[in-house]
Amino acid sequence: METSRRGTAGGAAAGSAHGAGHSHDHDHQAVPSDLTLRVKSLESLLVEKGLVDRAALDALVDAYENKIGPRNGARVVARAWTDPAYKQRLLADANSAIAELGFSGRQGEHMVVLENTPKVHNLVVCTLCSCYPWPVLGLPPVWYKSAPYRSRAVIDPRGVLNEFGTEIGEDVEVRVWDSTADLRYLVLPERPSGTEKFTEDELAALITRDSMIGVAKVALRKSGS
Amino acid sequence: MNGIHDMGGMHGLGPIEAEKNEPVFHARWEGRVLALTFAMGATGKLGHFRYYLERIPAVDYLRMSYYEKWFTALVERLSLSGLVAREEIETGKRARGSPKSTPALPATQVPQLIARRGGTQPQGGPSHFQAGQRVRARNIHPIGHTRLPRYARGRQGLIERDYGVFGFQDTDADGHPLGPKPQHVYSVRFAARELWGEQASPRDYIYIDLWEDYLEPA
Repeated sequence: METSRRGTAGGAAAGSAHGAGHSHDHDHQAVPSDLTLRVKSLESLLVEKGLVDRAALDALVDAYENKIGPRNGARVVARAWTDPAYKQRLLADANSAIAELGFSGRQGEHMVVLENTPKVHNLVVCTLCSCYPWPVLGLPPVWYKSAPYRSRAVIDPRGVLNEFGTEIGEDVEVRVWDSTADLRYLVLPERPSGTEKFTEDELAALITRDSMIGVAKVALRKSGS
Repeated sequence: MNGIHDMGGMHGLGPIEAEKNEPVFHARWEGRVLALTFAMGATGKLGHFRYYLERIPAVDYLRMSYYEKWFTALVERLSLSGLVAREEIETGKRARGSPKSTPALPATQVPQLIARRGGTQPQGGPSHFQAGQRVRARNIHPIGHTRLPRYARGRQGLIERDYGVFGFQDTDADGHPLGPKPQHVYSVRFAARELWGEQASPRDYIYIDLWEDYLEPA
């Protein structure tokens, strides 16, 4: 595989990044070309039978494509970095603290926030399927749902982190959280040094999706780059 | 079931391929499959989603993309629900006289569907384990859907936290829920070396969320 693909930033930012620079040599390319037709045909049938309303389907796609994504989680993390009382509430009762910022809903009904420190690094996986905190991170990326990550995150977390270009010291405890029940996990990454004067917005721009899954750290770079 | 979906600890499944600037959906049909799954799921008449994902034959499960698996499970669940005949799915045409009795999810209800909140957890029995207590994950091999991963079975860990009461999600061999059977779910901390032996780092731990029924005192 191309190592350039494994960038630590992991294409984190936008919840609705469309296409630009997306190269087509992934698993999903092996999908039979007739799926487009089969899905279209099923949708038409269900509409004709009065079982689905196209406007409802459009609204669902729009919500997950354009409204719910990792920018939400970045707001939560940036607030926790700048407001110690908020951070305390977030770690004690993640549901309420996240809802304070307006985020809640499906696949995030029971949130738990895991704090990374110089001594502890947290990593989230779902070995059985693809459980992921949708209200704060949006729908999961393909790699998170894929066999390589699901199989190895629990048996070789340091190797997996290495593949993402993330080095964890020998003396650091690695905690892997396998999302096997209804709890959904969000990692609170460490705030990078050199950001002491950053505003909450500037901090939020640094925070990547991958850092909130735990496969990357937050790096200091100019916002928007 | 001891299926291919239960992947924790397997080797040889390839490198992790993280895509830069990945779009939410790679093709229009993927978003439609997600939306169809939710809209039809809202009727409450479809079978257990994960059970039917796990019933996809192993070779297909590994070959199929994520939303192709969702589509396969959706077709199966629709066929079995009685809402749609297999013949209708194959031809794409509504059979004459087929029922139209189930109302479609209206667009106005989509925000509620997405904003679904956990609400109060179901009342369940008392907790039998306390934080810090040593437990063993039962060595069981149910044929239906289960949330107890194979790699934890028979292994010992410590109760990290009691998350409270949740509905039980396991099914029988035919996909019928064994629940709700509301009971406590615990975060259980397993030393990586307990799970994987000496090759694992002594400083790594795996936390697994386990229902009371999966655990026994150790």
